[in-house]
Amino acid sequence: MWSYALKRAGATAITLVAASVIIFAFIHLIPGDPIYVRLGDTATPDQVEAVRHTLGLDQPILVQYFQWVGAVLHGDLGHSIFYDEPILSVIADHAETSVLLATITMIWVLLIGVPVGMIAATRHGSWLDQGLSGLAMLMASVPTFWVGLYMILIFAAWLGWLPSSGFPSLFDRGGIANLRYLLLPSLTLAAPNAALILRLTRASMLDVSREDHVRTARAKGIRPWRVVTHHIFRNALLAVVSAFGFTFAALISEAVVTETVFALPGIGRLVVQSILQRDYPVIQGVVLVIVVLYLVVNFLVDVSYRFLDPRVELQ
Amino acid sequence: MTDVANHSDRRPGLIRLWIGPLLARPVALLGVAILLVVVLFAVAAPLIAPYDPSAYDALIRLSPPNPQHWFGTDQFGRDTLSRVIYSARMALLVGVGVVVFALVTGVPVGVFSALFPRLGQLLMRAIDVLMAFPSLLLALGLIVILGPSVANSIIAIGAGFLTTTARIVYGLALRLKMETYVEAARSMGSRTGWLVLKHVLPNLISPLLVQASFVFAFAQLGAASLDFLGVGAPPNIPSWGNMLAEARNFITRAPWLLFFPGMMIVLTAFALNLVGDALRDRLDPRLRSAFGAER
Repeated sequence: MWSYALKRAGATAITLVAASVIIFAFIHLIPGDPIYVRLGDTATPDQVEAVRHTLGLDQPILVQYFQWVGAVLHGDLGHSIFYDEPILSVIADHAETSVLLATITMIWVLLIGVPVGMIAATRHGSWLDQGLSGLAMLMASVPTFWVGLYMILIFAAWLGWLPSSGFPSLFDRGGIANLRYLLLPSLTLAAPNAALILRLTRASMLDVSREDHVRTARAKGIRPWRVVTHHIFRNALLAVVSAFGFTFAALISEAVVTETVFALPGIGRLVVQSILQRDYPVIQGVVLVIVVLYLVVNFLVDVSYRFLDPRVELQ
Repeated sequence: MTDVANHSDRRPGLIRLWIGPLLARPVALLGVAILLVVVLFAVAAPLIAPYDPSAYDALIRLSPPNPQHWFGTDQFGRDTLSRVIYSARMALLVGVGVVVFALVTGVPVGVFSALFPRLGQLLMRAIDVLMAFPSLLLALGLIVILGPSVANSIIAIGAGFLTTTARIVYGLALRLKMETYVEAARSMGSRTGWLVLKHVLPNLISPLLVQASFVFAFAQLGAASLDFLGVGAPPNIPSWGNMLAEARNFITRAPWLLFFPGMMIVLTAFALNLVGDALRDRLDPRLRSAFGAER
């Protein structure tokens, strides 16, 4: 168990180092001189050289990489051109919205996806199953921002039940009630991911229900519902756990769009704004943080999977 | 199972193998029908569209659906129906482009990695590294480097599917390598190139057809997202994503502008998913597992 965790940690570290090279290279691959981006086109050659020297950009590329890594390890992700602040604090300012949005979304995804998938699997082949599966496939084919725009149109503009955009911090006026700002965005973001988990729960429950131990349980006369909850569902849940990493990545991609639709002050919208404002160091910093998070999540999923399913160890 | 005595029987053709399962399943047939309509829109747009998609008419700005303009008009008085029809061209272009990009890059990487394990391990690690970037972030990063354009959208979205395609092909090719007939051919002295052409690639066609339909579907959603964020196709080119990006500003005044382009994206992606599902179910069970349960 521990040796596996250690091995996985090593592999994750290697992937992270390789990814960091790509993220570092990103800023050097953008056409145009980063100094001119920072100073504007009116800068004199002397000014440019001076800034180039202060930033260490006249050093060999390998030295620059290690300087960057060293700074990152000390919590220095660089400086935002637009916000004129350290990037880490810019990210921290946008983190609350994104973390809350992701958490609420995951609650929706699990609350909707798992039970509905379970129902579809137990009624396998029925009209209900076909209807639910069809609906899930439809939800997976809908652009997230389109759902979001309709949510705004119906629940904010027409019915006036919920706010259409923005999110004041929980620490501001309104307190916990400010969570209502995240209701429509989280439901929007949950739709395609709940559909994915629904399909996955259904498929893995059907797989497990064909196994021998389930037949044995039925033959022993255990009540059908207990077979479903104790023998099929528990094993099927493993597949859902293993899909968590994949869902996390999908969530990040879709959050970029959803936060833009609902004008939420989150990390996803920060990326889009930074692209439009040519604030490239911020993009670099955010991508690094997201990749680290993603690799950590995947590592935890892999290790916990081993923990939950002792059979994996035998293979 | 085939009769062993019937050696002379030709293998069932691709058409019989693949059109059959589609015809047998009504929902898949529906998917095919929707796709045919989209193709028809793209090919015959000038014949079908009632108006010039970029003709301005200030007098009829933002008019709701009416007998002259079935889908209404936008903020410049352009006919929405005509723009929806012309946008099918962009949808097909991006879909085909992304599929071709993913196959042309992913298949060689996968096959090569399976055949030459040492270098393959390294290549697959590189694919793992690319997979650490969420697809839209990868696409946005590439757009920043390459600049926004239709061709670059295709590359940016395609890069995300290079990885999945390479992974699937790698898994399949590894399995094919172990098949007795491939080993037999190798032990008889077949060259690697011949092995790939004769035994590996033909067996990859069916699973890649399945993969292609899913990639095509997800490419529609990816392209729409890039267009919506303003970093995809230039705004003067009609595309469903661009239409939605503009419609967003008139969401309460002209909700119909939101409905029709969005519906086209949903129908196209849904149709491709239906077809992909039907094709996957037809697939050899040994190869099917490569796609995972959720795709």
